[in-house]
Amino acid sequence: MEHVALWIAAFLTLGIYSFLYKDNIWYKLCESIFVGISAGYWFVVLFWDNIYGKFWVGVFPPKAYNDAGELVNSAEPDYLLIVGAVLGVMMISRLIPKIGWVSRWPLAFIVGSTSGLYLINYFTSNMMRQVEATIIPLFGMNYELSAYDIIGNLVIVIGTFTGLVYFFFSKEHKGWFGRTAKIGIWTIMITFGASFGYTVMSRMSLLIGRIDFLFGDWLGLIK
Amino acid sequence: MRREIPLIITGVVGVVFLLQYFIPHWPFDEMSGWFSDWFSIVQAFAIWLGALNLLKISAQKVIGKKSDWGFAVVIIVSFLIIVIVGLTGGEGYRETGTGFSWLYKYVYSSLSATMFSILAFFVASASYRAFRARNFEATLLLVSAFFVMLGRVPVGDNISFFLPDEYQLSQIANWIMTWPQTAGQRAIMIGIALGLVSTSLRIILGIERSYLGGGD
Amino acid sequence: MSTRAKEILVIGIVLLFSIIIYLGKVFGWVEVIRFSPLVSMILIGILFLALLYILVLTLKGHLIERRAVFLFVAISVALPFFMTISQSARISPEVQQLYDNVSELPKGSKVLVSFDFDPPSAPELQPMAESFLHYCLLNDLKVIIMGLWPQGPQQANLAMDRVLKKEDIIAKKLRDGKDYVNLGFQAGNEFVIKGMGADFSSMFKSDYSGNSYHDIEIVKNVKNFSDIDFAFNLSAGYPGTQEWVQIAVDRYGLSMGAGNTAVQAPMMYTYVNAGQLKGLLGGIKGAAEFENIVDYIGKGTKYMLSQSFAHMIVIAFIIIGNVAYFKNERGKKKKH
Repeated sequence: MEHVALWIAAFLTLGIYSFLYKDNIWYKLCESIFVGISAGYWFVVLFWDNIYGKFWVGVFPPKAYNDAGELVNSAEPDYLLIVGAVLGVMMISRLIPKIGWVSRWPLAFIVGSTSGLYLINYFTSNMMRQVEATIIPLFGMNYELSAYDIIGNLVIVIGTFTGLVYFFFSKEHKGWFGRTAKIGIWTIMITFGASFGYTVMSRMSLLIGRIDFLFGDWLGLIK
Repeated sequence: MRREIPLIITGVVGVVFLLQYFIPHWPFDEMSGWFSDWFSIVQAFAIWLGALNLLKISAQKVIGKKSDWGFAVVIIVSFLIIVIVGLTGGEGYRETGTGFSWLYKYVYSSLSATMFSILAFFVASASYRAFRARNFEATLLLVSAFFVMLGRVPVGDNISFFLPDEYQLSQIANWIMTWPQTAGQRAIMIGIALGLVSTSLRIILGIERSYLGGGD
Repeated sequence: MSTRAKEILVIGIVLLFSIIIYLGKVFGWVEVIRFSPLVSMILIGILFLALLYILVLTLKGHLIERRAVFLFVAISVALPFFMTISQSARISPEVQQLYDNVSELPKGSKVLVSFDFDPPSAPELQPMAESFLHYCLLNDLKVIIMGLWPQGPQQANLAMDRVLKKEDIIAKKLRDGKDYVNLGFQAGNEFVIKGMGADFSSMFKSDYSGNSYHDIEIVKNVKNFSDIDFAFNLSAGYPGTQEWVQIAVDRYGLSMGAGNTAVQAPMMYTYVNAGQLKGLLGGIKGAAEFENIVDYIGKGTKYMLSQSFAHMIVIAFIIIGNVAYFKNERGKKKKH
């Protein structure tokens, strides 16, 4: 069975790679299988882990009995989960255009939850903590830092400040403000260059993984 | 009322999540707990909606015999195979050795990994054809990318073996990532956070209503 | 011969070779191929000459066809697998920081490992997962696995299957539910983390195999994050490290390190700098460095030579493209 499995995996892998030569039926077939399988995968996992595992088990908790037939472990049913299920079913109504407006309620719930949570999360973690980490003693509390660390701290403070100045588009980037923004864009270009380098590393890693499968797991030419 | 009730829901839920940071006690901790549970369930149904919508569109394509309807059949068949295998597998449906885990390992994993790995080829091709040092900023980007790409693989140190230890390419790459790159990322992160805070506030207060869509 | 016929011929040849090599693998006719260092060097020389040829063509104004670039990339990434050139990965400060934090944990500490990735990211994150899990289990740290992505716990199982087969781990006679557990996946993104901050069992009613949360020995005294000594998040996107930092670290005070894909890793340096993350493994290089530091022979180290070649090829193509560009620009300026 593993032989069949390896050949199926190799067939699908090479089918996708055939797109590099040109668009063809083999690629389209593999792509369609991917779309169907992905949707089905999520469908099944969410059924067992959420709809059954959270909602059904929460509302109808299983009862456990010991050898003597006595009830030993039974959680209290959580009937409030039914509200979540009702909202979920309302979401599905989007499939029927006539009653699709009903899905606005669960959508509003999701948007409201996310907005409320994000507002504070991003404010504290991505703004306040970052600002705090930028307002630092450049030379240490007692001038004890090495030249390496001092230069690094200066780069962090100047780079962050000038980067933020660059993103301030309500004022024209002229004069000293423009020069400051210029340093900011240089910092951001270094950031983008590093991100590009890491992106190349990431994409190549994915390819290396597949090559390892083809030549290693499938053909057995490498260990 | 079709637009007013969703706005009220958004406002109430958003405020509860806001307040539970400041009052992490009854009733806000309990309410946010309920909402978190409901969110998990609603999100599951939202993804189900996507899957069912895909089925609906594919079925319409097959029934209407539109172009490439054969591939729509493949989509539906693939979907049904994994759903039937998964739903009939019981709670242990993904244990090693089950049909579902087989499909996951040899079909789903292979396809999804390969789909993303194809980007490696396009990155190389795009770099050859389009990546040009037209001005100082682009040159700065390129030079930074070179140092990071070389420094993040062992060959970087092999190339710069003649330099003192602290100036070898891996150390330069470390320096770039630790200091100037972090500064730039931090500026971007703070900018995004400010934008997100203002957008979230607008949504909770009902000023931003685009998520409700058009119509009545 | 028509193009169609040539295409079918090529597919046929590839299929025939594949069948022969596969049968060779099954019946033992074909062994693992390893080039000697001399052959490896010769191949590197040939690749270099090929790049020079591409440079000459590009300078003459003939941008090579993109399919030729694709073929070049494929060959450059595949060849290193057959070469016998060893490379060592120097340890970065953020990887060292992660190791220092984990190695300081006393025996019996509870480590939460969140698998927030899917198969496309496995080449980068799976080696990190295996080396980290191996280190934890070898050093008597209790591992609690969960995932915010549905594929995460399955990837965790694949990693655990490999780790549990290692001789040094077999000798420890570890038990599911006592020394490690996989709590599975829960939809809800950051709301799951928030729920876990109050009570793990509200989010995970049972483990991956269906055993009730309250019957699992390893989590008997684990109510929320305050009962977790360290967390390690493997992340490929949303939801992932950012959400864990925002909620579990900044709100609930969890001590956490992270392993990220290389696409995401640059952003996480801000969290490391601010002290929100206690260490970071970035991409396959991070995986190789961590394998090096914990002495685990894994795929991270194995992939580094191919990674080196891939980076050199991309840099070479960028340089070739720019050399041709500057030559053309100079030619245009001279005309004017």
